[in-house]
Amino acid sequence: MQKLTIGNCQFNSRLFLGTGKFGSPQRMEEAVLASGTELVTVAMKRIDFETETDSLLAHLHHPHINLLPNTSGVRNAKEAVFAAQLAREALETNLVKLEIHPDPKYLLPDPIETLKATEELAKLGFIVLPYIHADPVLCKRLEEAGTAAVMPLGSPIGSNKGLKTFDFLEIIIEQSNVPVIIDAGIGAPSHAAKAMEMGADAVLVNTAIAVAGNPVQMASAFKLAVEAGRMAYEAKLSKAIKGAIASSPLTEFLYDDL
Amino acid sequence: MMTFKEHFDRYNWDEVASSILLKTEADVEAALAAPRRTLEDFKALISPAAEPYLERMAQISHQTTQKRFGNTIQLFAPMYLSNECNNICTYCGFSFNNKIKRKTLSAAEILQEINEIKKHGFQHILLVTGEANHTVHVDYFLKAIDIIKPHFANISIEVQPLEQDEYKTLHEAGVYSVLVYQETYHKEAYRNYHLKGKKSNFYYRLETPDRIGRAGMHKIGLGVLLGLEDWRTDSFFCALHLDYLQKRYWQTKYSISFPRIRPAEGVDITDHLIKDRELVQLICAYRLLNEDVEISISTRETEKFRNHILKLGTTTISAGSKTNPGGYSVDPDTLEQFEISDERSAAEMATIIEKQGYEPIWKDWDKNFQSNKLFS
Repeated sequence: MQKLTIGNCQFNSRLFLGTGKFGSPQRMEEAVLASGTELVTVAMKRIDFETETDSLLAHLHHPHINLLPNTSGVRNAKEAVFAAQLAREALETNLVKLEIHPDPKYLLPDPIETLKATEELAKLGFIVLPYIHADPVLCKRLEEAGTAAVMPLGSPIGSNKGLKTFDFLEIIIEQSNVPVIIDAGIGAPSHAAKAMEMGADAVLVNTAIAVAGNPVQMASAFKLAVEAGRMAYEAKLSKAIKGAIASSPLTEFLYDDL
Repeated sequence: MMTFKEHFDRYNWDEVASSILLKTEADVEAALAAPRRTLEDFKALISPAAEPYLERMAQISHQTTQKRFGNTIQLFAPMYLSNECNNICTYCGFSFNNKIKRKTLSAAEILQEINEIKKHGFQHILLVTGEANHTVHVDYFLKAIDIIKPHFANISIEVQPLEQDEYKTLHEAGVYSVLVYQETYHKEAYRNYHLKGKKSNFYYRLETPDRIGRAGMHKIGLGVLLGLEDWRTDSFFCALHLDYLQKRYWQTKYSISFPRIRPAEGVDITDHLIKDRELVQLICAYRLLNEDVEISISTRETEKFRNHILKLGTTTISAGSKTNPGGYSVDPDTLEQFEISDERSAAEMATIIEKQGYEPIWKDWDKNFQSNKLFS
């Protein structure tokens, strides 16, 4: 399988994991390891920098695992920039997952503040991965603003509803010059496989693994699904064809003289 | 724009009360089956007709909470700054007419209390006072927050109702959330419980969450003091309030607390006590109505109740609480506002949470997100 490049980072695994909602940091660590992921998001608001060994970070301390700090909890571009700067200072990474969802009910991303923050953070040298609606025009605007990737949602965060935005994701993937990572709503390995088959560069999964009956086993299932989906994409799927193809009644005349 | 007062005044207490009692098992079934539940569904779920459905409600509440909040429970500690109060409230230990020693913590005492609270690992703190506007006012809060902010990730306050610009000032100073309970939405009963002082103004209190919302606060905490009036009707109005606020101040988070009347000095209110079974029903009904509202459980509840309620919709819990100013270290023997039922330490509570497969969360906000300069 091809490696995925975002900014100056390369990834063998195209499955990214969220680290919230697990019942214990040990269980989270086991699931992260089972998933084969090389990029995990961590909520800056959850990390305690005052205690020397923050339990969340201690359990993510593996050489193959990169941290993608996220700005979850902020409500506007200004707070997001504070959070990103805090992340860069504390975790020594330029990567930031920009999450601005001022609506605490469905945690839907604010496109206007997200675009503003992306412009600002890109200028400050961050590698920005913004969480957004599956809005193809916004994706192009973000590209112009200097985003390193786009992370459109499949359906609302934590909903496990799968790729409800399928038609728009297809347009985004078709048009994008930066990696497209499908974030939010992926509730089953089959959803992840579908996303990869359609040409997404990666998927990010959290709730579906963290709240599964057996998170470790579910992490392995997602690993396989993402690999299968990507492999199928690279192998080029044969197109599904509805009905048999008749002879060529519309173009037959071209061959009349032959 | 319509304020909550106008919205509220369209309802009649007695009509709401009887409409809840008229709910049938069929209404409950319909509420349980609904993909999105309405306030009418909430009425069915808190009605006597829902009692046989408690286990099913608990199952749904558990699953819904787990999906939204994961296997986590957020911990916080209350810190009482003052028990001075000019209000006469017939149910409260801090009532003006109670002959108790009054105390408001000084800067040095606040620091001493902080040092003790921090030892237990808390990063979220709730500051509580009575209502004594000449001594415990916004300037006092600002000074207190200045001392407290470097030591905690998240500050909430539960103090007298303030003006919108005062809330704005406090938010800018680092306050994340404001808790203000209506106590009861029954206007006449409210008057009888709140005999004197600023708190006796029912509507000023009722419109407080609007002022907090307009001030841009991150979170608003609502609740009724269960036991003052019929809990079902009171909770309907609280849910109505929540629904109104959530649609209006859509960037704000909300939490519901469930204080219920417990023994306190000079208190004898027993007409409307809510049973454990009913409190579970109420908590589950809130979760079934609203998937994202935070549900907070205090140490008024017993060990057994708290152990079991963790999985039934709870998102937030206090532990090792002291409900008197200076209670942690400065002056442990002053009168408590209410009696604590669960005296287990924060560490003991964390172990209970872990044993149930949940992770105790100590920090879920960063003060730097709210600040104008980094690492202040």
